Amino acid sequence: MAEHGVANIWRKQKSMYSIIGSKCTTCGEHYFPPRPVCPTCRRKGQLEEYQFKGLGKIHTFAVVRQAPEDFKRQVPYVVAQVELDEGARLTAQIVNIEPENVEIGMRVRSCFRKITEYGQGGIIVYGYKFEPTMKVTGHD
Amino acid sequence: MSRRVAIIGVGMSEFGELWDKSLRDITLEAGMYSIFDAEISGSEIDAIIIGNMSAGRFTGQEHLGALAADMGGLGNIPAYSVEAACASGGAAVRHAYMAIKSGEHDAMMVLGCEKMSDVNQTEAMKTISVASDWEWEGLFGATFPALYAFIARRHMMEYGTTEEMLAQVAVKNHANAAHNPWAQFQRPVPIEFVMGSGMLADPIRVLHSSPISDGAAGLIMCDEKTAKKYTDTPIYIESSTQASDTLALHDRRDICTADAVVHSSKSALKKAGLKIEDIDVFELHDSFTISEIMLTEDVGIAEKGKGGQVVLDGLTEIGGQFPVNTSGGLKARGHPIGATGVAQIVELALQLRGDCEGRQVEGAEKGLAVNIGGTGATSIVHILGR
Ligand SMILES: [Zn+2]
Repeated sequence: MAEHGVANIWRKQKSMYSIIGSKCTTCGEHYFPPRPVCPTCRRKGQLEEYQFKGLGKIHTFAVVRQAPEDFKRQVPYVVAQVELDEGARLTAQIVNIEPENVEIGMRVRSCFRKITEYGQGGIIVYGYKFEPTMKVTGHD
Repeated sequence: MSRRVAIIGVGMSEFGELWDKSLRDITLEAGMYSIFDAEISGSEIDAIIIGNMSAGRFTGQEHLGALAADMGGLGNIPAYSVEAACASGGAAVRHAYMAIKSGEHDAMMVLGCEKMSDVNQTEAMKTISVASDWEWEGLFGATFPALYAFIARRHMMEYGTTEEMLAQVAVKNHANAAHNPWAQFQRPVPIEFVMGSGMLADPIRVLHSSPISDGAAGLIMCDEKTAKKYTDTPIYIESSTQASDTLALHDRRDICTADAVVHSSKSALKKAGLKIEDIDVFELHDSFTISEIMLTEDVGIAEKGKGGQVVLDGLTEIGGQFPVNTSGGLKARGHPIGATGVAQIVELALQLRGDCEGRQVEGAEKGLAVNIGGTGATSIVHILGR
Protein backbone atom coordinates (compact mmCIF):
# COMPACT_ATOMS: atom_id res chain seq x y z
CA MET A 1 0.00 0.00 0.00
CA ALA A 2 1.06 3.51 -0.79
CA GLU A 3 1.35 4.57 2.83
CA HIS A 4 3.97 1.87 3.40
CA GLY A 5 6.42 3.69 1.16
CA VAL A 6 9.85 4.59 2.53
CA ALA A 7 9.75 8.18 1.31
CA ASN A 8 6.43 8.74 3.06
CA ILE A 9 8.14 8.28 6.42
CA TRP A 10 11.52 9.76 5.40
CA ARG A 11 10.06 13.16 4.54
CA LYS A 12 8.36 13.39 7.95
CA GLN A 13 11.38 12.27 9.95
CA LYS A 14 12.10 15.64 11.50
CA SER A 15 8.61 16.00 12.90
CA MET A 16 8.25 12.37 13.90
CA TYR A 17 11.64 12.12 15.62
CA SER A 18 11.82 15.49 17.34
CA ILE A 19 8.24 16.82 17.47
CA ILE A 20 9.04 19.74 15.24
CA GLY A 21 5.97 21.72 14.25
CA SER A 22 5.41 25.36 13.53
CA LYS A 23 4.75 28.57 15.42
CA CYS A 24 3.00 31.57 13.94
CA THR A 25 4.89 34.70 15.01
CA THR A 26 1.90 36.86 14.08
CA CYS A 27 -0.62 35.30 16.50
CA GLY A 28 1.65 33.16 18.69
CA GLU A 29 -0.23 29.92 17.98
CA HIS A 30 1.70 26.61 17.88
CA TYR A 31 0.89 23.88 15.38
CA PHE A 32 1.76 20.24 15.18
CA PRO A 33 2.34 18.74 12.67
CA PRO A 34 3.81 21.76 10.86
CA ARG A 35 1.23 23.62 8.81
CA PRO A 36 1.76 25.37 5.49
CA VAL A 37 -0.66 28.17 6.42
CA CYS A 38 -1.74 29.61 9.79
CA PRO A 39 -5.53 29.02 9.80
CA THR A 40 -6.06 32.08 12.00
CA CYS A 41 -3.89 34.61 10.17
CA ARG A 42 -3.70 33.01 6.71
CA ARG A 43 -1.82 35.45 4.43
CA LYS A 44 -0.73 37.63 7.37
CA GLY A 45 0.68 34.64 9.24
CA GLN A 46 4.42 34.05 9.64
CA LEU A 47 5.22 30.43 10.34
CA GLU A 48 8.57 29.35 11.66
CA GLU A 49 9.85 25.95 12.73
CA TYR A 50 9.27 25.18 16.38
CA GLN A 51 10.58 22.30 18.46
CA PHE A 52 8.03 21.34 21.08
CA LYS A 53 9.31 20.59 24.56
CA GLY A 54 7.52 17.25 24.51
CA LEU A 55 5.63 17.84 27.74
CA GLY A 56 1.91 17.80 28.13
CA LYS A 57 -1.13 16.06 29.56
CA ILE A 58 -3.55 13.42 28.40
CA HIS A 59 -6.64 15.02 26.87
CA THR A 60 -8.42 11.74 26.14
CA PHE A 61 -7.42 8.15 25.38
CA ALA A 62 -8.50 4.71 24.21
CA VAL A 63 -7.30 1.20 24.92
CA VAL A 64 -7.03 -0.43 21.52
CA ARG A 65 -7.90 -4.13 21.53
CA GLN A 66 -8.50 -4.73 17.82
CA ALA A 67 -6.00 -3.28 15.41
CA PRO A 68 -5.03 -3.59 11.77
CA GLU A 69 -1.95 -5.56 10.72
CA ASP A 70 0.62 -2.85 11.54
CA PHE A 71 -0.37 -2.78 15.21
CA LYS A 72 -1.78 -6.25 15.79
CA ARG A 73 1.24 -7.41 17.78
CA GLN A 74 0.96 -4.49 20.21
CA VAL A 75 -2.63 -4.96 21.42
CA PRO A 76 -3.80 -4.04 23.94
CA TYR A 77 -2.16 -0.61 23.81
CA VAL A 78 -3.10 2.88 24.87
CA VAL A 79 -3.40 5.62 22.29
CA ALA A 80 -4.18 9.15 23.40
CA GLN A 81 -4.56 12.74 22.43
CA VAL A 82 -1.83 14.62 24.26
CA GLU A 83 -2.29 18.31 24.84
CA LEU A 84 1.21 19.77 24.66
CA ASP A 85 2.09 22.58 27.06
CA GLU A 86 2.46 24.98 24.13
CA GLY A 87 -1.21 24.39 23.22
CA ALA A 88 -1.26 22.01 20.25
CA ARG A 89 -2.68 18.51 20.54
CA LEU A 90 -1.32 15.37 18.91
CA THR A 91 -2.13 11.67 18.78
CA ALA A 92 0.36 9.17 20.21
CA GLN A 93 0.69 5.94 22.16
CA ILE A 94 1.18 6.04 25.92
CA VAL A 95 3.80 3.61 27.23
CA ASN A 96 5.48 2.60 30.50
CA ILE A 97 2.15 2.37 32.32
CA GLU A 98 -0.57 -0.26 32.61
CA PRO A 99 -3.67 0.68 30.56
CA GLU A 100 -5.91 0.62 33.66
CA ASN A 101 -3.77 3.30 35.33
CA VAL A 102 -4.02 5.86 32.52
CA GLU A 103 -6.18 8.87 33.30
CA ILE A 104 -7.33 12.03 31.59
CA GLY A 105 -5.22 14.95 32.84
CA MET A 106 -2.14 12.82 33.57
CA ARG A 107 1.19 14.57 32.91
CA VAL A 108 3.26 12.92 30.19
CA ARG A 109 6.54 13.47 28.35
CA SER A 110 7.68 12.32 24.95
CA CYS A 111 10.02 9.42 24.38
CA PHE A 112 11.55 7.99 21.21
CA ARG A 113 10.21 4.58 20.30
CA LYS A 114 9.53 2.14 17.52
CA ILE A 115 6.04 2.89 16.23
CA THR A 116 5.53 -0.11 13.95
CA GLU A 117 7.19 -2.17 11.26
CA TYR A 118 5.80 -2.66 7.82
CA GLY A 119 5.76 -6.45 7.64
CA GLN A 120 8.63 -8.69 6.64
CA GLY A 121 11.34 -6.76 4.86
CA GLY A 122 9.43 -3.51 5.27
CA ILE A 123 10.81 -0.47 7.03
CA ILE A 124 10.74 0.07 10.77
CA VAL A 125 8.99 3.29 11.68
CA TYR A 126 10.31 5.29 14.66
CA GLY A 127 8.82 8.32 16.31
CA TYR A 128 7.30 9.76 19.47
CA LYS A 129 5.30 8.01 22.13
CA PHE A 130 4.57 9.46 25.56
CA GLU A 131 5.11 8.18 29.10
CA PRO A 132 4.04 9.42 32.52
CA THR A 133 6.43 12.04 33.95
CA MET A 134 5.95 10.79 37.51
CA LYS A 135 7.75 7.52 37.09
CA VAL A 136 11.38 6.53 36.55
CA THR A 137 11.21 4.65 33.32
CA GLY A 138 12.20 1.18 32.32
CA HIS A 139 11.95 0.18 28.71
CA ASP A 140 8.94 -0.52 26.58
CA MET B 1 -35.91 31.92 -8.57
CA SER B 2 -34.02 28.82 -9.36
CA ARG B 3 -35.89 25.61 -9.77
CA ARG B 4 -36.92 23.16 -7.09
CA VAL B 5 -35.29 19.75 -7.01
CA ALA B 6 -37.39 16.64 -6.48
CA ILE B 7 -36.84 12.97 -5.71
CA ILE B 8 -39.14 10.77 -7.77
CA GLY B 9 -37.63 7.34 -7.29
CA VAL B 10 -35.67 5.40 -4.69
CA GLY B 11 -33.97 2.01 -4.79
CA MET B 12 -31.79 -0.10 -2.55
CA SER B 13 -29.80 -3.27 -2.80
CA GLU B 14 -29.92 -5.39 0.31
CA PHE B 15 -27.24 -4.44 2.87
CA GLY B 16 -24.97 -7.03 4.46
CA GLU B 17 -21.98 -9.19 3.75
CA LEU B 18 -23.04 -10.16 0.26
CA TRP B 19 -20.44 -12.69 -0.78
CA ASP B 20 -22.39 -13.73 -3.85
CA LYS B 21 -22.62 -10.21 -5.22
CA SER B 22 -20.02 -7.90 -6.75
CA LEU B 23 -19.79 -4.11 -6.61
CA ARG B 24 -21.32 -4.01 -10.11
CA ASP B 25 -24.22 -6.26 -9.09
CA ILE B 26 -25.31 -4.21 -6.09
CA THR B 27 -24.79 -0.85 -7.78
CA LEU B 28 -26.82 -1.93 -10.78
CA GLU B 29 -29.51 -3.32 -8.47
CA ALA B 30 -29.97 -0.02 -6.62
CA GLY B 31 -30.00 1.92 -9.89
CA MET B 32 -32.55 -0.35 -11.58
CA TYR B 33 -34.88 -0.32 -8.58
CA SER B 34 -34.78 3.47 -8.45
CA ILE B 35 -35.67 3.67 -12.16
CA PHE B 36 -38.53 1.20 -11.71
CA ASP B 37 -39.75 3.11 -8.65
CA ALA B 38 -39.75 6.41 -10.57
CA GLU B 39 -41.37 4.77 -13.61
CA ILE B 40 -39.03 6.87 -15.70
CA SER B 41 -37.39 5.73 -18.92
CA GLY B 42 -33.62 5.30 -18.85
CA SER B 43 -33.41 7.60 -21.88
CA GLU B 44 -34.65 10.52 -19.76
CA ILE B 45 -31.71 10.26 -17.36
CA ASP B 46 -29.12 12.80 -18.45
CA ALA B 47 -26.30 12.17 -15.93
CA ILE B 48 -25.13 9.77 -13.23
CA ILE B 49 -23.30 10.70 -10.06
CA ILE B 50 -21.92 8.12 -7.64
CA GLY B 51 -20.86 8.44 -4.02
CA ASN B 52 -18.07 6.03 -3.19
CA MET B 53 -15.20 6.20 -0.76
CA SER B 54 -12.64 3.64 -1.74
CA ALA B 55 -13.63 1.11 -4.39
CA GLY B 56 -10.00 1.05 -5.50
CA ARG B 57 -8.81 -0.27 -2.15
CA PHE B 58 -11.86 -2.38 -1.32
CA THR B 59 -12.35 -4.03 -4.70
CA GLY B 60 -9.54 -2.99 -7.02
CA GLN B 61 -11.93 -1.10 -9.29
CA GLU B 62 -12.13 2.65 -9.84
CA HIS B 63 -13.84 4.67 -12.59
CA LEU B 64 -17.26 3.82 -11.26
CA GLY B 65 -19.11 6.46 -13.27
CA ALA B 66 -18.29 4.82 -16.57
CA LEU B 67 -18.96 1.42 -15.02
CA ALA B 68 -22.46 2.41 -13.93
CA ALA B 69 -23.39 4.05 -17.23
CA ASP B 70 -22.14 0.97 -19.05
CA MET B 71 -23.76 -1.68 -16.81
CA GLY B 72 -27.01 0.23 -16.67
CA GLY B 73 -27.11 0.53 -20.47
CA LEU B 74 -27.52 4.26 -20.13
CA GLY B 75 -25.29 5.09 -23.09
CA ASN B 76 -23.13 8.15 -23.47
CA ILE B 77 -24.37 10.38 -20.65
CA PRO B 78 -21.85 12.00 -18.26
CA ALA B 79 -21.10 9.83 -15.23
CA TYR B 80 -18.54 10.14 -12.44
CA SER B 81 -18.02 9.58 -8.74
CA VAL B 82 -17.36 11.92 -5.81
CA GLU B 83 -15.52 11.16 -2.60
CA ALA B 84 -15.85 12.62 0.89
CA ALA B 85 -15.06 9.54 2.99
CA CYS B 86 -18.19 8.36 4.84
CA ALA B 87 -20.01 11.44 3.49
CA SER B 88 -19.46 10.43 -0.15
CA GLY B 89 -23.12 9.49 -0.57
CA GLY B 90 -24.31 12.82 0.79
CA ALA B 91 -21.84 14.55 -1.51
CA ALA B 92 -23.36 12.75 -4.50
CA VAL B 93 -26.88 13.84 -3.52
CA ARG B 94 -25.70 17.41 -3.03
CA HIS B 95 -23.87 17.35 -6.34
CA ALA B 96 -27.00 16.25 -8.18
CA TYR B 97 -29.03 18.86 -6.30
CA MET B 98 -26.71 21.62 -7.50
CA ALA B 99 -26.53 20.30 -11.06
CA ILE B 100 -30.31 20.14 -11.39
CA LYS B 101 -30.91 23.43 -9.60
CA SER B 102 -28.49 25.19 -11.94
CA GLY B 103 -30.33 23.85 -14.99
CA GLU B 104 -27.34 21.91 -16.26
CA HIS B 105 -29.16 18.60 -15.85
CA ASP B 106 -32.87 17.76 -15.65
CA ALA B 107 -32.99 14.16 -14.44
CA MET B 108 -30.14 12.38 -12.73
CA MET B 109 -29.45 9.02 -11.25
CA VAL B 110 -27.68 9.30 -7.90
CA LEU B 111 -25.94 6.19 -6.61
CA GLY B 112 -24.01 5.40 -3.48
CA CYS B 113 -22.11 2.15 -3.13
CA GLU B 114 -19.39 0.31 -1.29
CA LYS B 115 -18.30 -3.31 -1.41
CA MET B 116 -16.26 -3.87 1.74
CA SER B 117 -16.31 -7.64 2.27
CA ASP B 118 -13.97 -8.54 -0.58
CA VAL B 119 -11.02 -7.72 1.69
CA ASN B 120 -10.39 -9.24 5.12
CA GLN B 121 -11.40 -7.42 8.28
CA THR B 122 -8.02 -5.94 9.14
CA GLU B 123 -7.60 -4.60 5.63
CA ALA B 124 -11.08 -3.12 5.81
CA MET B 125 -10.20 -1.48 9.14
CA LYS B 126 -7.10 0.02 7.59
CA THR B 127 -9.03 1.44 4.67
CA ILE B 128 -11.69 2.90 6.96
CA SER B 129 -8.97 4.65 8.95
CA VAL B 130 -7.77 6.58 5.90
CA ALA B 131 -10.95 8.64 6.35
CA SER B 132 -9.22 10.23 9.36
CA ASP B 133 -5.83 11.96 9.21
CA TRP B 134 -3.94 8.79 8.40
CA GLU B 135 -0.44 10.29 8.53
CA TRP B 136 -0.85 11.81 12.02
CA GLU B 137 -3.53 9.65 13.65
CA GLY B 138 -3.68 6.23 11.98
CA LEU B 139 0.08 5.87 11.61
CA PHE B 140 0.45 6.33 15.38
CA GLY B 141 -1.97 3.54 16.19
CA ALA B 142 -5.27 5.41 16.40
CA THR B 143 -7.78 3.08 14.76
CA PHE B 144 -11.14 4.49 13.69
CA PRO B 145 -12.91 3.06 16.78
CA ALA B 146 -10.11 4.57 18.91
CA LEU B 147 -10.87 8.03 17.55
CA TYR B 148 -14.52 7.64 18.50
CA ALA B 149 -13.39 6.27 21.86
CA PHE B 150 -11.53 9.59 22.30
CA ILE B 151 -14.83 11.40 21.84
CA ALA B 152 -16.80 8.97 24.01
CA ARG B 153 -14.38 9.09 26.93
CA ARG B 154 -14.26 12.86 26.91
CA HIS B 155 -18.07 13.09 26.57
CA MET B 156 -18.45 10.74 29.53
CA MET B 157 -16.09 12.84 31.62
CA GLU B 158 -17.50 16.24 30.72
CA TYR B 159 -21.21 15.41 30.70
CA GLY B 160 -21.65 12.22 32.67
CA THR B 161 -22.66 10.20 29.62
CA THR B 162 -22.89 6.54 30.61
CA GLU B 163 -22.22 3.17 29.01
CA GLU B 164 -25.94 2.50 29.23
CA MET B 165 -26.66 5.57 27.10
CA LEU B 166 -24.15 4.44 24.47
CA ALA B 167 -25.76 1.00 24.46
CA GLN B 168 -29.31 2.31 24.27
CA VAL B 169 -28.59 3.96 20.91
CA ALA B 170 -27.74 0.53 19.50
CA VAL B 171 -30.83 -1.02 21.09
CA LYS B 172 -33.10 1.64 19.56
CA ASN B 173 -31.53 1.40 16.11
CA HIS B 174 -31.68 -2.39 16.04
CA ALA B 175 -35.35 -2.25 17.06
CA ASN B 176 -36.01 0.07 14.12
CA ALA B 177 -34.04 -2.06 11.67
CA ALA B 178 -36.20 -5.05 12.57
CA HIS B 179 -38.83 -3.38 10.35
CA ASN B 180 -36.51 -2.40 7.52
CA PRO B 181 -36.40 -5.07 4.79
CA TRP B 182 -33.05 -3.76 3.46
CA ALA B 183 -31.27 -3.64 6.80
CA GLN B 184 -28.22 -5.77 7.54
CA PHE B 185 -29.44 -6.70 11.04
CA GLN B 186 -33.22 -7.09 11.04
CA ARG B 187 -33.46 -8.08 14.66
CA PRO B 188 -33.63 -6.37 18.04
CA VAL B 189 -30.74 -6.75 20.48
CA PRO B 190 -31.17 -6.62 24.26
CA ILE B 191 -29.14 -4.00 26.12
CA GLU B 192 -27.16 -6.63 28.10
CA PHE B 193 -25.98 -8.00 24.79
CA VAL B 194 -24.65 -4.60 23.71
CA MET B 195 -23.06 -3.87 27.08
CA GLY B 196 -21.40 -7.27 27.16
CA SER B 197 -20.08 -7.23 23.59
CA GLY B 198 -16.33 -7.30 22.95
CA MET B 199 -14.17 -4.19 23.26
CA LEU B 200 -12.75 -2.63 20.11
CA ALA B 201 -11.14 0.35 21.85
CA ASP B 202 -12.34 1.10 25.38
CA PRO B 203 -15.00 2.37 25.85
CA ILE B 204 -16.17 1.50 22.30
CA ARG B 205 -17.58 -2.01 21.99
CA VAL B 206 -18.36 -4.07 18.90
CA LEU B 207 -22.08 -3.32 19.23
CA HIS B 208 -21.42 0.41 19.52
CA SER B 209 -19.96 0.27 16.04
CA SER B 210 -21.46 0.12 12.58
CA PRO B 211 -20.55 -3.10 10.75
CA ILE B 212 -18.53 -3.90 7.64
CA SER B 213 -21.15 -3.88 4.89
CA ASP B 214 -21.77 -4.25 1.20
CA GLY B 215 -24.61 -2.29 -0.28
CA ALA B 216 -25.84 0.33 -2.68
CA ALA B 217 -28.61 2.91 -2.73
CA GLY B 218 -30.06 4.93 -5.56
CA LEU B 219 -32.24 7.96 -6.24
CA ILE B 220 -33.80 9.51 -9.30
CA MET B 221 -33.65 13.26 -8.87
CA CYS B 222 -35.06 15.85 -11.27
CA ASP B 223 -36.44 19.36 -11.59
CA GLU B 224 -40.01 20.10 -10.53
CA LYS B 225 -41.39 20.20 -14.05
CA THR B 226 -39.99 16.79 -14.94
CA ALA B 227 -41.15 15.43 -11.59
CA LYS B 228 -44.75 16.43 -12.28
CA LYS B 229 -44.75 14.23 -15.39
CA TYR B 230 -44.16 11.16 -13.23
CA THR B 231 -45.83 11.79 -9.91
CA ASP B 232 -48.38 14.02 -8.21
CA THR B 233 -46.54 13.74 -4.93
CA PRO B 234 -42.83 14.33 -5.41
CA ILE B 235 -40.55 14.67 -2.43
CA TYR B 236 -38.59 17.92 -2.55
CA ILE B 237 -35.12 18.75 -1.33
CA GLU B 238 -35.79 21.88 0.71
CA SER B 239 -32.12 22.58 1.36
CA SER B 240 -28.67 21.07 0.95
CA THR B 241 -25.66 22.33 2.89
CA GLN B 242 -22.13 21.27 3.62
CA ALA B 243 -19.35 22.31 6.02
CA SER B 244 -15.81 21.24 6.88
CA ASP B 245 -13.66 20.93 9.99
CA THR B 246 -10.07 19.90 10.68
CA LEU B 247 -9.14 16.54 9.19
CA ALA B 248 -7.52 15.35 12.42
CA LEU B 249 -9.70 15.05 15.51
CA HIS B 250 -6.87 16.36 17.73
CA ASP B 251 -7.00 19.73 15.96
CA ARG B 252 -10.67 20.39 16.85
CA ARG B 253 -11.71 23.25 19.07
CA ASP B 254 -13.76 20.77 21.12
CA ILE B 255 -13.69 17.08 20.27
CA CYS B 256 -17.20 16.58 21.70
CA THR B 257 -18.77 19.01 19.23
CA ALA B 258 -18.84 18.51 15.48
CA ASP B 259 -18.65 22.16 14.42
CA ALA B 260 -19.20 21.19 10.79
CA VAL B 261 -22.52 19.61 11.79
CA VAL B 262 -23.51 22.64 13.86
CA HIS B 263 -22.84 25.00 10.94
CA SER B 264 -24.36 22.88 8.17
CA SER B 265 -27.52 21.95 10.08
CA LYS B 266 -28.11 25.52 11.17
CA SER B 267 -27.78 26.81 7.63
CA ALA B 268 -29.92 23.98 6.25
CA LEU B 269 -32.77 24.88 8.61
CA LYS B 270 -32.40 28.55 7.79
CA LYS B 271 -32.42 27.99 4.03
CA ALA B 272 -35.52 25.81 4.34
CA GLY B 273 -37.20 28.39 6.60
CA LEU B 274 -37.68 25.76 9.31
CA LYS B 275 -36.94 25.23 12.98
CA ILE B 276 -35.72 21.98 14.50
CA GLU B 277 -39.24 21.43 15.98
CA ASP B 278 -40.63 21.38 12.43
CA ILE B 279 -38.63 18.27 11.52
CA ASP B 280 -40.58 15.02 11.90
CA VAL B 281 -37.91 12.44 11.18
CA PHE B 282 -34.10 12.32 11.26
CA GLU B 283 -31.32 10.20 9.85
CA LEU B 284 -28.16 11.04 11.83
CA HIS B 285 -24.79 9.47 11.06
CA ASP B 286 -24.32 6.87 13.81
CA SER B 287 -21.09 5.21 12.68
CA PHE B 288 -20.63 4.69 16.43
CA THR B 289 -23.34 5.15 19.03
CA ILE B 290 -21.42 8.10 20.51
CA SER B 291 -21.72 9.89 17.16
CA GLU B 292 -25.54 9.69 17.26
CA ILE B 293 -25.42 11.16 20.76
CA MET B 294 -23.09 13.96 19.65
CA LEU B 295 -25.08 14.71 16.49
CA THR B 296 -28.35 14.78 18.40
CA GLU B 297 -26.82 17.68 20.31
CA ASP B 298 -25.19 19.35 17.34
CA VAL B 299 -28.36 19.55 15.24
CA GLY B 300 -30.27 20.98 18.21
CA ILE B 301 -32.49 18.09 19.33
CA ALA B 302 -30.74 18.04 22.70
CA GLU B 303 -28.60 20.58 24.54
CA LYS B 304 -24.86 19.88 24.59
CA GLY B 305 -24.23 17.05 27.01
CA LYS B 306 -27.84 15.79 27.02
CA GLY B 307 -27.66 13.64 23.89
CA GLY B 308 -27.37 10.46 25.93
CA GLN B 309 -30.25 11.35 28.22
CA VAL B 310 -32.72 11.96 25.37
CA VAL B 311 -32.10 8.43 24.11
CA LEU B 312 -32.89 6.98 27.54
CA ASP B 313 -35.99 9.20 27.67
CA GLY B 314 -37.26 7.79 24.38
CA LEU B 315 -37.32 11.19 22.67
CA THR B 316 -35.57 9.79 19.60
CA GLU B 317 -37.62 6.59 19.26
CA ILE B 318 -40.33 6.19 16.66
CA GLY B 319 -43.26 7.72 18.49
CA GLY B 320 -41.01 10.17 20.33
CA GLN B 321 -40.84 13.87 19.47
CA PHE B 322 -37.68 13.53 17.33
CA PRO B 323 -37.40 10.03 15.81
CA VAL B 324 -33.77 9.37 14.84
CA ASN B 325 -32.61 6.61 12.49
CA THR B 326 -35.93 4.90 11.76
CA SER B 327 -34.04 2.87 9.15
CA GLY B 328 -31.83 1.36 11.84
CA GLY B 329 -29.08 3.84 11.06
CA LEU B 330 -25.54 2.91 10.18
CA LYS B 331 -25.49 0.68 13.24
CA ALA B 332 -28.19 -1.75 12.13
CA ARG B 333 -29.09 -0.92 8.51
CA GLY B 334 -25.37 -1.30 7.82
CA HIS B 335 -22.70 1.11 6.65
CA PRO B 336 -21.42 0.42 3.15
CA ILE B 337 -19.51 3.67 3.31
CA GLY B 338 -20.35 5.38 0.03
CA ALA B 339 -23.95 4.12 0.08
CA THR B 340 -24.82 5.51 3.49
CA GLY B 341 -25.52 9.14 2.57
CA VAL B 342 -27.82 8.06 -0.26
CA ALA B 343 -29.54 5.40 1.88
CA GLN B 344 -30.34 8.08 4.46
CA ILE B 345 -32.16 10.09 1.77
CA VAL B 346 -33.96 6.94 0.57
CA GLU B 347 -35.26 6.38 4.11
CA LEU B 348 -36.43 9.98 4.52
CA ALA B 349 -38.16 9.93 1.11
CA LEU B 350 -39.94 6.68 2.03
CA GLN B 351 -40.97 8.16 5.39
CA LEU B 352 -42.42 11.27 3.73
CA ARG B 353 -44.22 9.10 1.18
CA GLY B 354 -45.68 7.03 4.00
CA ASP B 355 -44.04 3.86 2.70
CA CYS B 356 -42.29 2.68 5.89
CA GLU B 357 -44.61 -0.01 7.11
CA GLY B 358 -43.75 -1.10 10.64
CA ARG B 359 -41.46 1.87 11.25
CA GLN B 360 -43.56 4.72 9.81
CA VAL B 361 -43.53 8.10 11.55
CA GLU B 362 -47.19 9.00 11.13
CA GLY B 363 -47.81 12.07 9.02
CA ALA B 364 -44.14 12.89 8.53
CA GLU B 365 -43.76 15.98 6.34
CA LYS B 366 -40.18 17.10 6.88
CA GLY B 367 -37.03 15.04 7.29
CA LEU B 368 -33.41 15.92 7.98
CA ALA B 369 -30.30 13.86 7.26
CA VAL B 370 -26.75 14.41 8.51
CA ASN B 371 -24.00 12.50 6.75
CA ILE B 372 -20.50 13.00 8.14
CA GLY B 373 -17.08 12.04 6.84
CA GLY B 374 -14.21 10.81 8.99
CA THR B 375 -14.63 11.99 12.56
CA GLY B 376 -16.71 14.97 11.41
CA ALA B 377 -14.29 16.74 9.06
CA THR B 378 -17.10 16.83 6.50
CA SER B 379 -20.78 17.30 7.25
CA ILE B 380 -23.51 17.26 4.63
CA VAL B 381 -27.10 18.06 5.58
CA HIS B 382 -30.26 17.62 3.52
CA ILE B 383 -33.77 18.62 4.46
CA LEU B 384 -36.58 16.91 2.57
CA GLY B 385 -40.23 17.93 2.44
CA ARG B 386 -43.44 16.93 0.75
ZN1 LIG C 1 -1.28 33.07 13.09
